[in-house]
Amino acid sequence: MIKQIVDSRKDKGYNFAFIDEQAKREIRRKTLKAVAIPGYQVPFGSRELPIARGWGTGGLQITLSLLGPDDVLKVIDQGCDGSVNAVNLRNLVVETTKIATTLDTEEATIIQTRHRIPEEKMTGGQILVLQVPYPEALRIVEPSEAKTRVMHAEMDYSKLWVYLYEDIVRWGGITIGARYPAMVNKRYIMDPSPIPRWDVPKLHMADTLYLFGAGREKRIYAIPPHTEVIPLEFEDHKFRVEDFSGLSCGRCGSTSSFLDEIFDDSSGQKTYLCSDTNYCDRRLTGLAQRKGNARNDR
Amino acid sequence: MIDNSTEIALSLQGISKIYGPSCPACIQKTGPEMGTNICPECGSIVACADISLDLHAGEILGIVGESGSGKSTLVKCLYFDLEPTYGEAYLSYYGNGRLNIFSETSQKKRYIRNHIMGIVYQNPHMGLRMNFSCGGNVAEKLLTADCYHLGKIRHRASELLTKTEVPVARMDDLPRNFSGGMQQRVQIAKAMANNPPILLLDEVTTGLDVSVQAKVLDLIKSLQWELGISMLVVSHDLGVVRLLTNRTAVMKNGRIVEIGLTDQILEDPQHVYTQLLINSLL
Repeated sequence: MIKQIVDSRKDKGYNFAFIDEQAKREIRRKTLKAVAIPGYQVPFGSRELPIARGWGTGGLQITLSLLGPDDVLKVIDQGCDGSVNAVNLRNLVVETTKIATTLDTEEATIIQTRHRIPEEKMTGGQILVLQVPYPEALRIVEPSEAKTRVMHAEMDYSKLWVYLYEDIVRWGGITIGARYPAMVNKRYIMDPSPIPRWDVPKLHMADTLYLFGAGREKRIYAIPPHTEVIPLEFEDHKFRVEDFSGLSCGRCGSTSSFLDEIFDDSSGQKTYLCSDTNYCDRRLTGLAQRKGNARNDR
Repeated sequence: MIDNSTEIALSLQGISKIYGPSCPACIQKTGPEMGTNICPECGSIVACADISLDLHAGEILGIVGESGSGKSTLVKCLYFDLEPTYGEAYLSYYGNGRLNIFSETSQKKRYIRNHIMGIVYQNPHMGLRMNFSCGGNVAEKLLTADCYHLGKIRHRASELLTKTEVPVARMDDLPRNFSGGMQQRVQIAKAMANNPPILLLDEVTTGLDVSVQAKVLDLIKSLQWELGISMLVVSHDLGVVRLLTNRTAVMKNGRIVEIGLTDQILEDPQHVYTQLLINSLL
């Protein structure tokens, strides 16, 4: 029954990558503008999609507008290829484009992600598309959109700086975990989407193009390759990433990746696992191969 | 434009602020002679008109006048809170006194606000962010001037709060929990954070009890002596003006009716309105 429905829809025919060509052109134009002005939030006409706004529609629209028949797509959600959201987005893209997908970070030409940047260093030939819930880094200090736009235009960021000052005075350190604001190209402060602080340095002088899409808030922004991205810090109170010293992944043993804390209710035990599942898998197979090789050598 | 040979810090030339449609008759048909600042032709409100005066370096200039005479409007125009309808202003500290600060870009205006001027409003709620700590309020002014060293910021803030007699132990408290006089002194500390050469004081002692009032006035006077800051003091209290200022301008219905040495104005007022003002003193 369901197959019949799907088949009948196929007969009716979706446009390649679901969105109509004019809309894709608009999104690509806005993306180009975003690339031209690193860190600046470009408004765009966010389209209706068969998923709800707030579930990755911004990132999805950028991805759909960029995909060509030869692209290889990888979709991750919090570092995981297999979560429901990632699987559904991937299915939608495959259904409407028939392009190849992969779980392998190195193989992909376009990676759509939510809340993480892959552990493996990405190359200049790849594009990372990030889904953004709240594009405005100044929202925590200024509720009015009209005012935050003026603040960006005049580079008036003192309010956000005072917020950081107050944080340090009150709590002894900056309490922002994910969404740590960063200064892009010495001009715009931007919200790097809810990636952990761990991932923020990867944006700095990278080989890869980073695109950010906020579907509900209707904004696109970008960090082109080799752009300076500096997380906000005081001269005597530097930016710090999450500290995993003394911990390692319970599966692959990695000590140099971002770890998720897994809590076992019944035993009350805490274990740590790589948040990037593909990285973890590759390390495991790599380790297995190396062990296998060692055995052969003997 | 300011002639560099004179010691003028700030020069105002023909500043007017008109609310409403404004017509050619607005300026002629309002003012102290007409006894109104509402234009009879078009109903526009002429808050202040044709204000020209010079503030000398290191001087305290007073502006007195009744409520609604346009004193605060003038100061707010100078701090870019309001945009004047006509007029020019020149700062000797900016562009060699050759650039009209009102025709600069908003970024430049922000620079002038943050680096050259400080303001203390009548109501501390306008000058302070009540949900930031005292230290944070002072820090805001320093951060706008690109000081990103936390230790230096804290040091400067405690220095200023000591000078304004706010207990340093309360540096990390919210000004919301302070008394009116203390809030006012935090506001002064904030205004002075970047050592601005020009300070605008808008009715700073109104609403404070006399002992606190005396302390705040003392503070302002000592700041002028120690740091040589030029100040524009707006007040409707002739006592404050007598104590603080060297020269005074008297405003009525949006115009300056008389300007001169404070002693002279208080002892020998020339204009009818000034005479009325002096005679009304209890």
